[in-house]
Amino acid sequence: MAQDLQSAGPDEAGQAYFDRIMAEDSRIEPRDWMPEAYRRTLVRQISQHAHSEIIGMQPEANWITRAPSLKRKAILMAKVQDEAGHGLYLYSAAETLGTSRDEMMDALIAGKARYSSIFNYPAVTWADMGAIGWLVDGAAICNQVPLCRASYGPYGRAMVRVCKEESFHQRQGFEILLELAHGTEAQKEMAQDAVNRWYAPALMMFGPPDDDSPNSKQSMAWNIKRFSNDELRSRFVGMMAEQVKVLGLSLPDPEVRFNEDTGKWEHGPLDWEEFKEVLAGRGPCNAQRLERRREAHENGAWVREAAAAYAAKQAAKRASTAADDLDVRKVA
Amino acid sequence: MIPSDSQTSQARPGALVAGAPASDSKVSTSSTSAALPSSSLASQARPGARAAVGPAAVGPSSDSKVSTSSISAALPFGATGDGSASATRITPGNALRPEDIALAARTGAAKPGNDVAEYALRLGDDALVLAQRLGHWISRGPELEEDVALGNIALDQLGHARSFLTYAGSAWGKTEDDLAYFRREPEFRSAHLFEQPNGDFAATIARQFIASHYQYELYRRLAQSADATLAAIAAKAVKEVDYHRDHSSQWVLRLAGGTEESRRRMSAALDLVWPYVGELFDDDALTARLDGTAVAPSSLRADFDDLTGAVLAEAELAVPDVPRAPGGGRAGRHSEHLGYLLAEMQVLAREHPGAGW
Amino acid sequence: MVEKSMTPGRDTAAAGGTTAPAAPVPESAPEHTSGLPPQRHGWPLWEVFVRSSRGLSHVHAGSLHAPDAEMALRNARDLYTRRNEGVSIWVVPAEAIAASDPDSKGSFFESPQGKDYRHATYYTKSEGVKHL
Ligand SMILES: [Fe+2]
Ligand SMILES: [Fe+2]
Ligand SMILES: [Fe+2]
Repeated sequence: MAQDLQSAGPDEAGQAYFDRIMAEDSRIEPRDWMPEAYRRTLVRQISQHAHSEIIGMQPEANWITRAPSLKRKAILMAKVQDEAGHGLYLYSAAETLGTSRDEMMDALIAGKARYSSIFNYPAVTWADMGAIGWLVDGAAICNQVPLCRASYGPYGRAMVRVCKEESFHQRQGFEILLELAHGTEAQKEMAQDAVNRWYAPALMMFGPPDDDSPNSKQSMAWNIKRFSNDELRSRFVGMMAEQVKVLGLSLPDPEVRFNEDTGKWEHGPLDWEEFKEVLAGRGPCNAQRLERRREAHENGAWVREAAAAYAAKQAAKRASTAADDLDVRKVA
Repeated sequence: MIPSDSQTSQARPGALVAGAPASDSKVSTSSTSAALPSSSLASQARPGARAAVGPAAVGPSSDSKVSTSSISAALPFGATGDGSASATRITPGNALRPEDIALAARTGAAKPGNDVAEYALRLGDDALVLAQRLGHWISRGPELEEDVALGNIALDQLGHARSFLTYAGSAWGKTEDDLAYFRREPEFRSAHLFEQPNGDFAATIARQFIASHYQYELYRRLAQSADATLAAIAAKAVKEVDYHRDHSSQWVLRLAGGTEESRRRMSAALDLVWPYVGELFDDDALTARLDGTAVAPSSLRADFDDLTGAVLAEAELAVPDVPRAPGGGRAGRHSEHLGYLLAEMQVLAREHPGAGW
Repeated sequence: MVEKSMTPGRDTAAAGGTTAPAAPVPESAPEHTSGLPPQRHGWPLWEVFVRSSRGLSHVHAGSLHAPDAEMALRNARDLYTRRNEGVSIWVVPAEAIAASDPDSKGSFFESPQGKDYRHATYYTKSEGVKHL
């Protein structure tokens, strides 16, 4: 289309405006001119984020039917339901950039899209509900709070809503662990085991180390990312190191310490090879997670089609009624 | 200079909205929603009309219910609209919770007799089993929006279950969890309808359609119960199941009037669950003894038939002509399905008897 | 001074609107004449506006997909008012929203600039006079 051809060329005025917005730390809105690379980066990041919320429902949904008390069942249901909402808010934000939810969902199901690799680990005990809430949602919140100020307006606004809802997620996880840690010997063991398994993957949620994170610099220049991966990870480790004491549990990392010289928290080495393996599809649950998403999507196809068909029929009916009314008026 | 403008990111709906949404009032006053009295949503179906009403819609600001949740206090995000208009201000709301009932029972303010407790157990088990079924849908819905919708319904049902079970348990010194996790299958008092498998989306909707219409008629009357706690639980629950009724009716209409496939599935699903309708309306000795406190199930049938019949008629579906199943749930005789459901629900709690969570 | 957003409250996929000329349509979706992504299942996008309490305006809360207005309202209720965020909801088909043209940044919102006399603060001589 002619319009597209026009906008495909370099737009100096647009670029200047965009640069000014960045320099002033203001916000870009959907209809503003933006560099193609900025748009692509956002679509990739926001859709990956959305996919993570949706796939991330599975390990926890797995325990809704087995939650050991009705109160916990209600909390977990509300939490997993929130994650569906988060995915939805984020898909909507990505849609403002011209990519439909259908396209994103199809890419996910086809295995062409990425999502946070942590959700490819299995949630095998109830204590995992605690560790996921405390560590995984905790890391997510650390990542997400700065994103509320992302330069792309719809993304930032979606994150404001998400962050408000997230705040109970981490607390409920912490309290699950707290109960277990003060429960029977078996419960305490279960809690420690879960923390041991989720700790390292949670730290890796912040992304590769800064010197191995090629896109970070550009994202920071664009005011999408506000802090580096290592910066956020270090802050997170510091918070966990304090909170784990309240739990009466320990982090599976003897090297966690506060470095007086740098003023930063440090942690032991992380297995980035494993991280890459899982991200590349060779984690414990990759196939299972995608299959489950595919199944839900395909099983729902006839429902979506039915509702669309019904809406079309109703609209046609209304249109013809309106036409009849018009005829009647003419006659009268 | 001019004080810095506060328009930054304000949404000013109306200002730039070209015309009201195409939602036709005829649709929202179809016989379905007309048949649903206090549906609060129906009255908002026409934003255009609402806006035109103007001052009439402006009441005293209900801001006395200040958001004091730690959530909003902890986050530095302010309201984004004009003045304090905001689409993200959250509050915990104000309603009867299971914790309140437990407290009332502990302090002796409300303690049911054995018959009332047995009756509450039935209602609690219906809701619990249904919540357990619906909870399975979260992450498996036909669209994300529906994941959230079914999640809300499941949470409503779970809330009702917890209230009824807490109240029932207080007669016997048991908690909601004692009753949910440590009773055996024959001790459950739920009707067979609620334990029917989720099946496809149509089967779940068919089960919801029956369950919500039944529960609506029941709670509407139970809100007048001589037992103040039952009445209070029902008064809260009736508003929620009113919405469940609307949700299932909307889907019955869409599936029946959608595609050939969806119509076939909806019709088959109704045939599949309709045999379990009969049991819901059976009176027995317990409901007879509790006259004035419990609602006689048979007294709900006529309204149930009228209202479900109206929706089915609009959907151009016949009321299924299928023989009723014998039931037996109120006496602890269940279908083949409940055992599996309980096994899954109870497995963890029973692995750690006496543990806290 | 920063020029404020040219698209008040608009952060929708349909921000291109049906009337906006030359809205930058992304390369990835050249077929979207209206700026709306294609919906294979025919569930269009809706914009949701929530009134948080009586006496306040409806404010844009977000978007969702729904087959029709009735379901859009219900989905909006389930999605955007789970925590008592609202007492009233509007849903608007995203494609029914007309938005101002972001390319007219300079001129469209220029007129009010500098018209200090529209604001009470312009009138300094009367400052300090009670009840004025
Ligand atoms: Fe989330
Ligand atoms: Fe699809
Ligand atoms: Fe979360």
